[in-house]
Amino acid sequence: MQTVDDAEQQVEFDRKIAEEQKIEPTDWMPDDYRKNLVRQMSQHAHSEVIGMQPEGNWITRAPTLRRKAVLLAKVQDEAGHGLYLYSATETLGTSRSEMIEALQTRKAKYASIFNYPTLTWADVGAIGWLVDGAAIVNQISLQRTSYGPYSRAMIRICKEESFHQRQGYEIMYSLAKGSPEQKQMAQDAMNRFWWPSLMMFGPHDSDSAHSGRSMKWKIKRQSNDDLRQKFIDQTVPQIEVLGLEMPDPEIKWNEERGHYDSGEIDWEEFYQVINGSGPCNHQRLKHHINAHEKGEWVREAVRAYRVKQQEKSAENAA
Amino acid sequence: MNQQQSNLYRFLVGLGDDAVVLSHRLSEWCSNGPYLEEDIALSNIALDYIGRARMFYQYAVEVEGKGRTEDDIAYLRTEREYTNLLIHELPINDFAFTMVRQFFVDVFYCEYLEKLSQSNDERIAAIAAKAVKESRYHLKRSEPWIRQLSEGTDESRRRIQAALVELENFVGELFIMSDWEKELVAEGVAVDREVLQSGWDKYVQAFLAQSEINFPDSQLQIRGGRDGIHTEHLGHMLSEMQYMQRAYPGLQW
Repeated sequence: MQTVDDAEQQVEFDRKIAEEQKIEPTDWMPDDYRKNLVRQMSQHAHSEVIGMQPEGNWITRAPTLRRKAVLLAKVQDEAGHGLYLYSATETLGTSRSEMIEALQTRKAKYASIFNYPTLTWADVGAIGWLVDGAAIVNQISLQRTSYGPYSRAMIRICKEESFHQRQGYEIMYSLAKGSPEQKQMAQDAMNRFWWPSLMMFGPHDSDSAHSGRSMKWKIKRQSNDDLRQKFIDQTVPQIEVLGLEMPDPEIKWNEERGHYDSGEIDWEEFYQVINGSGPCNHQRLKHHINAHEKGEWVREAVRAYRVKQQEKSAENAA
Repeated sequence: MNQQQSNLYRFLVGLGDDAVVLSHRLSEWCSNGPYLEEDIALSNIALDYIGRARMFYQYAVEVEGKGRTEDDIAYLRTEREYTNLLIHELPINDFAFTMVRQFFVDVFYCEYLEKLSQSNDERIAAIAAKAVKESRYHLKRSEPWIRQLSEGTDESRRRIQAALVELENFVGELFIMSDWEKELVAEGVAVDREVLQSGWDKYVQAFLAQSEINFPDSQLQIRGGRDGIHTEHLGHMLSEMQYMQRAYPGLQW
């Protein structure tokens, strides 16, 4: 039930949103705004963390020392992004352990793209180029999101992501301009990651469950379909530079719209992967749970050590 | 290469191998650590070691003068041609093992690299001066871990002790010099590792004693790394690490 106070607070909140002011952790906010943010931000954090796995799959097999160092630094950045985003989400009153619990019990989601396997070295390039490329389009838009800590995290993260995208593109470029088998490797990786990258923007606006309110609250600033179009428009010329064949035969410049047209996404696959039946859904969660369980004795030891230290200093003070 | 250059080449490749192999092991923790913060920290240390490996290899191939690259050294030599000291190649095992190994090598490198930064070979001195700063920082992290795990729970203490038992056999090799390396010491290029041993023993024993853990003097037990005699683990590591270069020879990546 809304009290008079709440109604006043609501007016103030609406005014801030209308005037493009940021909502900060100590400000009053509607419960649903908070819930919606926790859902989106924690999902974003989990995506960074689960995303470490498919790329991490190639750290120990990277083809040169330079590539290995760059990849390791990149995956480390993703872990760092996960950390900022968990911290930013904690400002909404949800702890990191609650978020991890929600991930491991499948209550929280992460980006479905990471449920596809990285089969060749070129996949590392394709992920940096396409997946980080798609993420940047989304995140640039989120720099203007209405929640202050999220917006600031996005500004910081975008700087690193654009470096990631360049490293991915650089890998693809070396392969596409390399030997026939390298070029084939690049083509194959792009073909496999193209559609899942388009799916990263979510369902069509007309089918998107959370979009309406998120747009009203300015948590989301641009619609799924608009962002997806932006990604396609910026990526097609890059495919041309690489000299690879288009991953979708329907890609064609539409003079009238001023955009590229493209084929329809396989939405059945999209929902199948979101609902847990993608090629690596089980593997990714199992890996996360195993690592977490394997580390339990360490965390327990740290807690026990802290308690002992506190007892010691209490004794000394007495 | 004359004898002096050949000794120098061997020396640089050995140091590069130590770094590349340990870096590889540390990188295996990425997405497997007990905290997200540890994934980041261990990756960071791994990156420091890759950086070291590259600097030593790049210098080595210049000394060799055959137009080879750092990647030829890392990816196209066999187990028997790798000359890292064995402690670096042991599998990561559990977090206690990884941190005890790190503590051991951190204590070693803080002393060793400090001395090596006085080398009359300016290039080596510069690499060591950069690397010793990293190792001092690594030690600032490994020490509190050893402390917390030694004094945390029964299980963590038991795991620390198990790691100590497993590693004590591999410590002695850090302090063994071969004749060619002694020649480099005489020339003022390398550092006598033998004389670092008693200091290392004292430091490690005193540190562990604060947590009431006894550690024996390091003895020479298992050795062979600098002569290419390894544990069985290295071959598997190299199979994985060198896969791309072996499967697609001669390509640029």
